[in-house]
Amino acid sequence: MAVAAAIQRRSAASRLVEAYGQELVVLGAIIALFVIVGTVNPRFLSENNLINIFSGNAYIAVAAIGMSLVIISGNIDVSVGSLIGVLATIAGTLAVQGYPIWVAWTVPVLVGMAINACVGALIAYFRIPSIVVTLGMLSILKGGLISITAGTWITGMPPEFFIAQARFFGIPAPVYFMVVLTVVMALWMRYAGLGRAIYAVGGNAEAARASGLYPERICVAAFAMHGFFAGIAALLFATQLQVIQSTVPPNLELTVITASVIGGVSILGGTGTVIGSTLAAILFACISSALVFLNVSAYWLRAVLGLLILATVLADMARRRRHRVAGRV
Amino acid sequence: MSRYLVRHESILAILLVLALIVLSLQSDRFFTVDNLLNQGRLMAEVGLIALAMTFVIVSAGIDLSVGSILGLVAILLGVFWQNVGLPLPLAMMLGVFVGGLAGLFNGFIITRFRVPPLIATLATLALYRGLAEGISQARSVRGYPEWFFVLGQGEVLGVPTQLWIFLACAVIAAIVLGISTFGRATYASGANAVAARFSGIPVDRTILLIYTASGLISGLAAIIFVSRVSTTRSDMGTGLELDVITAVVLGGTSIFGGRGTIIGTMLGLALMQALKNGLALAGVKGDGTIVVIGLILIATIIISNLLRRESDG
Repeated sequence: MAVAAAIQRRSAASRLVEAYGQELVVLGAIIALFVIVGTVNPRFLSENNLINIFSGNAYIAVAAIGMSLVIISGNIDVSVGSLIGVLATIAGTLAVQGYPIWVAWTVPVLVGMAINACVGALIAYFRIPSIVVTLGMLSILKGGLISITAGTWITGMPPEFFIAQARFFGIPAPVYFMVVLTVVMALWMRYAGLGRAIYAVGGNAEAARASGLYPERICVAAFAMHGFFAGIAALLFATQLQVIQSTVPPNLELTVITASVIGGVSILGGTGTVIGSTLAAILFACISSALVFLNVSAYWLRAVLGLLILATVLADMARRRRHRVAGRV
Repeated sequence: MSRYLVRHESILAILLVLALIVLSLQSDRFFTVDNLLNQGRLMAEVGLIALAMTFVIVSAGIDLSVGSILGLVAILLGVFWQNVGLPLPLAMMLGVFVGGLAGLFNGFIITRFRVPPLIATLATLALYRGLAEGISQARSVRGYPEWFFVLGQGEVLGVPTQLWIFLACAVIAAIVLGISTFGRATYASGANAVAARFSGIPVDRTILLIYTASGLISGLAAIIFVSRVSTTRSDMGTGLELDVITAVVLGGTSIFGGRGTIIGTMLGLALMQALKNGLALAGVKGDGTIVVIGLILIATIIISNLLRRESDG
């Protein structure tokens, strides 16, 4: 009996590794970072720094949830950084002009969904590759944002507007957003019909069509949901400081895509989870903070990130190859 | 297929002529020799890289790291010359060589480990830019000797130097892609890599060479860039890859591979630059022009897709 139980336990553990391999690697990396950097410089584990890490980067994790849906569905979106900038500006402008706060909060989310639903429709019904459409959207959104705002900053929002600065039980609101949205979406992707359909279409669109799904509608739905998360990310981004700049951190779209990919979402579509992408976003935040505490020049941050992506991707390809070989035998 | 190519390129040519007419009506400063030559000067760096990117995309790949390679080579040029103390010509050659190495590394990851090009070059985009930032520590290098500026600011026979370089490269690229064995191998690898491999085409070697060339030419563009703006900074060429890809895709190269021409890319480049400049002269603020380019990109693809579907059906 004991042997049987042990076998069962082991197979449960190995199943866990099988299903969440990449997520466990990222989680392990985060824990290792905390232990090592925390030992070298205990201030890394101070409450202030932890809040900075988690709260300041929650919007990237939230955006990466939407990006994961898009990538799992077999597409990509290189315009999300500009979209977040546009939606943040819309939120700020509405708040400054005296609209009720709930309007300033919901309109950007709805606009994000509408814009990305159109993007999804262009991809699905006109059969234009997603990278081309979103490349065009990147130009349109970025150019539109700068030429309309003329680069000015938005200030003077009412104090209730700053949802990202609110705290409940000592924990900043963005962390709740990140955790709740990740958990809900992880369950949704696993158990809801549409969630599973997104995997099916990303894995093999023709097979999905043959089994009665409508790949076009699912593509539009995935993009619309991506717009929803971009809207939430924009709110968190817009309300974390007292001003809204009309520019977003350069290469934000690449950071978001990278978070999804390092978290285990395969760029080929059909696999990955949103838990992985959120963990990866946290890992990035930890690394950039760790560099500061280890007295490494911040200018090396991007090189470290690049190496990390490369290592993850190579490991992923090696694992895939092993699986393929095992599958053949 | 050839009918489609003719169609896409003729749509582009018509668009370009229309744009030239409308823009020259908007501003009498647009259709002057001085202005057009100056636009050629500004276009050369993106244009050079777009030539290599045409090969990359025809081979069903993509290279997002070109802007970062440009930044890295620019920084290394300054470091080799000022900090290491090498003579400037040697530093230039070494810089271009490192660009080639960076491209070779991309190709190696893609062919050896079968990493999708989008991801491989996304990783090296971060890596190369990070190296540029780390090496430079935000210091800029200035004070290059006078002769160095001939490349980016000088003229030969009344035409900007880099425009000559660009045109020479374009002719070579058109010949190589259009009629050489290597060009045909590129099309075959992009259209159907498995079939190409079974027909005895060295797919991996072709792709390796293409990415190496992309790195080399990004290095060359970096030297011209530094010479044009007479300083070196680590953020040079940020976002350049998107301009390059837009020009190539606008030029009718299919992002799925197997289809595209250098002439199309040249038309795409010319249309992009004419719009940027013409709209700016007509009073549209700098960033409004990016919006128009985005719209044109999407519209062109939709139109040519619809036409193709019609001719297929």
